[in-house]
Amino acid sequence: MGAPVNVHGGAAATIAGRSEPETPAVELVDVSFAYDVRPVLEGITMTIPRGKIVAIMGGSGCGKTTILRLIGGALKPRSGAVRVAGQSVPDLGAEALYHLRRRCGMLFQFGALFTDMSVFENIAFPLREHTDLPEELIRDLVLMKLHAVGLRGAAQLMPSELSGGMARRVALARAIALDPMLVMYDEPFAGLDPISLGVIGQLIRRLNDALGITSVVVTHDVYESLKIVDYLYFVSDGRIVASGTVADVRESMLPFVRQFVDGQPDGPVPFHYPAAPYREELFARVG
Amino acid sequence: MNRSAIDLWVGIFVAMGIAALLFLALKVGNLLTLDHAPGYRLEARFDNIGGLKLRAPVKAAGVLVGRVESVRLDPKTYEAVATLRIDRQYEFTKDTIASINTSGVLGEVYVGLDAGGDPAMLKDGDRIAKTQSAVVLEKLIGQFLFDKAQQPNNGQDPNSAGSAAAVAGKGSGGNMK
Amino acid sequence: MSAELAHGLAYWLRRLGGGVTGGISRLGFAARFLLAVLWYSPQAFRRIHLTLREIYFAGVLSLVIVLMSGMFVGMVLSLQGYETLKRYGSDEQLGILVALALVRELGPVIAGLLFASRAGSAITAEIGLMKTTEQLAAMEMMAVNPLARVVAPRFWGGVVSMPLLAALFSAFGIFGGYLVGVRLIGIDEGAFWGQMQAGVDFWPDVTNGIIKSVVFGFAVSLIAVFEGYDSKPTAEGVSTATTRTVVISSLAILALDFVMTAFMFRGGNV
Repeated sequence: MGAPVNVHGGAAATIAGRSEPETPAVELVDVSFAYDVRPVLEGITMTIPRGKIVAIMGGSGCGKTTILRLIGGALKPRSGAVRVAGQSVPDLGAEALYHLRRRCGMLFQFGALFTDMSVFENIAFPLREHTDLPEELIRDLVLMKLHAVGLRGAAQLMPSELSGGMARRVALARAIALDPMLVMYDEPFAGLDPISLGVIGQLIRRLNDALGITSVVVTHDVYESLKIVDYLYFVSDGRIVASGTVADVRESMLPFVRQFVDGQPDGPVPFHYPAAPYREELFARVG
Repeated sequence: MNRSAIDLWVGIFVAMGIAALLFLALKVGNLLTLDHAPGYRLEARFDNIGGLKLRAPVKAAGVLVGRVESVRLDPKTYEAVATLRIDRQYEFTKDTIASINTSGVLGEVYVGLDAGGDPAMLKDGDRIAKTQSAVVLEKLIGQFLFDKAQQPNNGQDPNSAGSAAAVAGKGSGGNMK
Repeated sequence: MSAELAHGLAYWLRRLGGGVTGGISRLGFAARFLLAVLWYSPQAFRRIHLTLREIYFAGVLSLVIVLMSGMFVGMVLSLQGYETLKRYGSDEQLGILVALALVRELGPVIAGLLFASRAGSAITAEIGLMKTTEQLAAMEMMAVNPLARVVAPRFWGGVVSMPLLAALFSAFGIFGGYLVGVRLIGIDEGAFWGQMQAGVDFWPDVTNGIIKSVVFGFAVSLIAVFEGYDSKPTAEGVSTATTRTVVISSLAILALDFVMTAFMFRGGNV
């Protein structure tokens, strides 16, 4: 583990010293994407090996969630390839996309639980929609998933009665209801208290290892991520500016990585929003 | 809200809705009335049918005996030809008079049948021989003014009182065919 | 004309043109949306319970306002109508007046407007909120088509509820008219119902009223689900969408009513 890795910026990242003969769970090759004319992502290349937890980090609005949407097939890239388990996602027909999505789970920001159903119903939802399992079996599965996240006693509560941390955990249980091979997390740490942060982080790691799944975590919480992930990608202004293992990131001298990890207000990501020079604007004549 | 409660309320709702529709169709409208009773057709020709509409009532002695089925203009004689559908249980004599009346001042226009004394009865497809056209208000007024103008003095023409009434009673000259 | 005036004029003309083209493209988008909803509808009927639930929320919960309004409208019709008819000595025609007004026009139209404001706005808000809280996206990621699971049941729930509500509105209105006309004012009960039965024909009066309410049901339901699905995923977006549903539905009902009435109730010997 840990030969010098690519924390010197950009492009194709690999985990040196590890041979991965099997297909990586997710591959993005030179992907670019734009909403209308405004480019959001440019030249994104990343590889997510099976069984690992990979974090995609960056400031707000830099395109991290867009990457998740591309992986999930909700968006099509303008150019480049997006492959999940070897299949090219943008080229999949409706049927094939449907099957692929059954093998993926996604944890949305703030949970996205169905508010008109109870906790139990929420987790049973994918089971009922995609399997013909009898109700007793579904009940057992739901309780198992709830037990894994520690909320078996909350099965009959409604989403509005849950705290933020609990809602997040229920959403996590729902994401793994069908035992997916890939789970994507959109800002799982956003807005949680310290205890819940720890809980969610531990759950992500433990479930990943216990179920043998691959996890992609989009976040800007450095502290929690460094505790649990295997590999990180740093995205800024739609490009990958750095990548590496946890150890590499801690030791990296790249200005962007340093600013991000240390939480410095000014650096490669400037403090001041672009504006006219201060002196000019202060003394400008009005009217 | 569990499933059975929802099902119950939806069932009640749909039942109420259907009941309302039936109410509107039967009690308010006239879905099951005479239109579907077995009947036969008679033809009647008028100089002027006035405001007679389709499905207007056909009454004899004030009792509903049928409906106007169709109304058209005869292109050769320029008469209005009305086809009346009469309930099969009522038969009318061959010298029945069909007249167009209005029930009340603003009431609807209907066809009145006055049976005569002829022993022979009208059959399906027969034409009613004697008809009386609708009173057209303008002609009535015109006749009245004409009569008034005819008088040499005010109200001293012994015939004037009669002729306006004659117009009202006989239509435009009466239709004795 | 000065440069500023020309500028301002050009600006407003551009906005007008943009508004028109935007409106037309939105209309096309709505048409495609309708086709998609119809395409995925069989699933909504296979899981009939989804649709039944929506009939409950759209129809059953609108019962109170529809029945009460119907009764009040019928009562007012009776009161107002009596005054006018009495002047021509035709107060016995009150039954026909109330019944025809309700069955042909007021029943479908007012019930439609009430439905749009109560149920239509609720549907829009619900779908819009689900979009804002990413519930629709979550469903998609779980390989469940939100059009089939969320939109189609609500659409058909509205379509089924609307004619029933219109019929109930008319029925209760006539009952209200009866209460005021016969019980309060004292018109002969036999004349009231007898004249009504003679004057109101199943074809065209009642059936045209039913056709109108079905058409309104389709229109309002489509507008409600479309605005919700197309709303911007923010609080303001949902609020705007809800308002649009009520406004556009109301205008659509009135416009369609005019078109259909012109077709249905032509003059002549009918």
